[in-house]
Amino acid sequence: MNQPMRRMKSDTVTLAHGGGGKAMRDLIEDVFVSVFEPDGMEDQARLTSAALANSGAQLAFTTDGFVVSPLEFPGGDIGKIAVCGTVNDLAVGGAEPLWLSAAFIIEEGVDVALLRRVVASMREAADEANVRIVTGDTKVVERGSADGIFITTSGVGVIPPERNLSADRVQPGDVAIVNGVLGDHGAAILAARGDMALSVEIPSDCQPLNALMNATCETVDVRAARDATRGGLASALNEIAEAADCGIEIEETALPLRTEVKGVCEILGLDPLYLANEGTLVLFVPEEEAERALDAMRSTAAGKEAVIVGRATAAHPKRVVMQTSFGGARIVDMLVGEQLPRIC
Amino acid sequence: MKYAEEFRDPKAAKGLLAQIAQVIDELGATKEKPVHIMEICGGHTHAIFRYGLDKLTPEGLEFIHGPGCPVCVLPMSRVDECVELAERPEVIFTTFGDAMRVPGTKKSLLQAKAEGADIRMVYSPLDALELARRNPDREVVFFGLGFETTTPSTALSIQQAASEEMANFSVFCNHITVPPPIKALLDDPHMILDGFVGPGHVSMVIGVEPYRFIARDYGKPIVVAGFEPIDLLQSVLMVLEQMRDGRAEVENQYSRVVQDDGNPVSIAACDDVYEPRPTFEWRGLGEIDSSGLRIREKYVAFDAETKFSIGYGKGAPRFVPEPEGCACGDVMTGRLKPIQCPQFGKGCTPEMPLGALMVSSEGACAAYYQYGGVDLEPAE
Amino acid sequence: MCLGIPGQIVEISSAEKKLAIADVSGVRREVNVACIAGDAPVEDLIGAWALIHVGFAMSLINEEEAAKTMDVLKMLGEAQEEIEAMRASQREMDRAS
Repeated sequence: MNQPMRRMKSDTVTLAHGGGGKAMRDLIEDVFVSVFEPDGMEDQARLTSAALANSGAQLAFTTDGFVVSPLEFPGGDIGKIAVCGTVNDLAVGGAEPLWLSAAFIIEEGVDVALLRRVVASMREAADEANVRIVTGDTKVVERGSADGIFITTSGVGVIPPERNLSADRVQPGDVAIVNGVLGDHGAAILAARGDMALSVEIPSDCQPLNALMNATCETVDVRAARDATRGGLASALNEIAEAADCGIEIEETALPLRTEVKGVCEILGLDPLYLANEGTLVLFVPEEEAERALDAMRSTAAGKEAVIVGRATAAHPKRVVMQTSFGGARIVDMLVGEQLPRIC
Repeated sequence: MKYAEEFRDPKAAKGLLAQIAQVIDELGATKEKPVHIMEICGGHTHAIFRYGLDKLTPEGLEFIHGPGCPVCVLPMSRVDECVELAERPEVIFTTFGDAMRVPGTKKSLLQAKAEGADIRMVYSPLDALELARRNPDREVVFFGLGFETTTPSTALSIQQAASEEMANFSVFCNHITVPPPIKALLDDPHMILDGFVGPGHVSMVIGVEPYRFIARDYGKPIVVAGFEPIDLLQSVLMVLEQMRDGRAEVENQYSRVVQDDGNPVSIAACDDVYEPRPTFEWRGLGEIDSSGLRIREKYVAFDAETKFSIGYGKGAPRFVPEPEGCACGDVMTGRLKPIQCPQFGKGCTPEMPLGALMVSSEGACAAYYQYGGVDLEPAE
Repeated sequence: MCLGIPGQIVEISSAEKKLAIADVSGVRREVNVACIAGDAPVEDLIGAWALIHVGFAMSLINEEEAAKTMDVLKMLGEAQEEIEAMRASQREMDRAS
């Protein structure tokens, strides 16, 4: 279906494209269907998977809404995030993602060229993650009622039999591993937004993590994993400490950080532990399996820089504590509100 | 990062910590009868907690967290006035991110923004100037907030606006100065302080001379300090050594940045643009003589107080009492530790701050809450 | 109060307005250099390190003074290491005897 039956006749999206008439069909067929290539033209996807037939396999289902400003930024765009975010939500739960839905809310006046780029990057990300976008929806709203493009994706995946990832399985002694540098996405967005007039080349870390999770789960007993999205690594670790009812200790010197991200944080008085990521996770494995887990992670594209950052402890349950590079210790709490740039 | 990371070297700290412990012993200070050193600057408070210095130093040393956080000493009435300005339809209100969450009597700037006020966070007053250039049909008001470190940047921006004859840029000037509140603290009959760690970045502007009265008139040591953990520890040691040797002097640990006579360009710009106010209200400390700056008559076109008839520009300041039960004043003067405030962690948390010290990450209470909430077991 | 960080002046963007580009760990930002320019040509600032606060270079960083502070700290650190080494060997001897 590479040749669309219908073509878009305007350069910008207008309310007519959400009106249910010919213009809407033009938009759907030319911009979405020709790229996502669903199996049929029904309003539903009809799916079969051999993986589901395995006795003990579980269906995993998740949904997430995506808003980001600017819509395009170094290392990605809202489309790539919308695919990777949902893929990663499934992956860190141990599921192998299979199918996604994508619903678009588009502000009238959006460039069709921009929309095409976003859709193309969704297809690319879906191919990279080996998932298919099988169904979708479009709404167009008046100018001012949305910020360009909002995307909601839902994802379905299968958890293989006997795979059981859950934060409450984390035990004292387990080792915490991250797959790469922290805070790139948050810093990239801050810089790309331009409010602070900072000029820096930091690409977002936006990437699918399912291959990495699969390789690791096949090799070792991964107790639990979390993708460190909003609220950064600090929030992911706090969630796990809370659920597992154990403490977590991390080493400041072990945290992988890009020099430029450090720079942005120094200038704006931000803590990189709270910066958002879109392709970074933390997972916990038993200490004796840590080396094998590292090897498995490093064998995948998203895990080349995997590194141990800390461990679960019996001490200070539900608290995340960081041994500072200076030899002191401090509590790493959940973030209160949004992290704002500061001068003092 | 050059000039920063080398001053975070834990090896260098070892020697300093051993020396500090030794001098504390020589002074006979104990947990029950500690030496009280005030770090004036909120940046130092932040560093103490961020690097866990309070847990590394001996029990006989107690840090008292001073009033040097401009957000923490901002009276609620000032926040109300910011909101009032920001809610004017013609105004783009520009501010550093720090001020966004400070509660006013009704709402914070963050809430006002959510309700539709055009409030923009900026990194620099230069960015506010640029916004004014790009929005000639809007009034851009910059919230001038901060101590002597920040006053020159606002002054230079006002001079720049004057040279460009900008008609739509003004400053809501709430700049304040460090020495007057220190004097007020020292005059407090309940004062328990033995010495001071002085604010390094304020001093790079004003030099070290303005602190002379602390040593000369009150016999207390003060050491101007940098902001890296090593800087702080070295400065603490220098204060303790002065105490041990019976000296009271103004010393400068941060000599790589601070010159004794400060920065002449900054001082000249400030003299040109500002004059002292007879008095200025500090949250938790009340009115302090000559502790605030206002914009001189020659730059009145850039003074939001006059332009919008607000704040001190409206006549007598409207005093707004602190919220019921808020003990920020006592904490700031060292009479209470944050955790001794009856509201700490109960009626006052970072999510729902009652007092200003819980708002800013430099505020002593927020720092206690975030970093020191429980006693940590020692690392293995 | 007063977050300030060291940055290096790498480029002059407007000599007339005394604006320059400062680099902090690979992050670039336009800053006002009026406070550190003095009477010399602004171009002389290229390569200099300055303390940056809210988009203004507020003070030049004095390399000699920084080195002096480091030397004092180094001496202290070394002295402490020696003391610790002596204590350790003392303990060894005590244990041996």
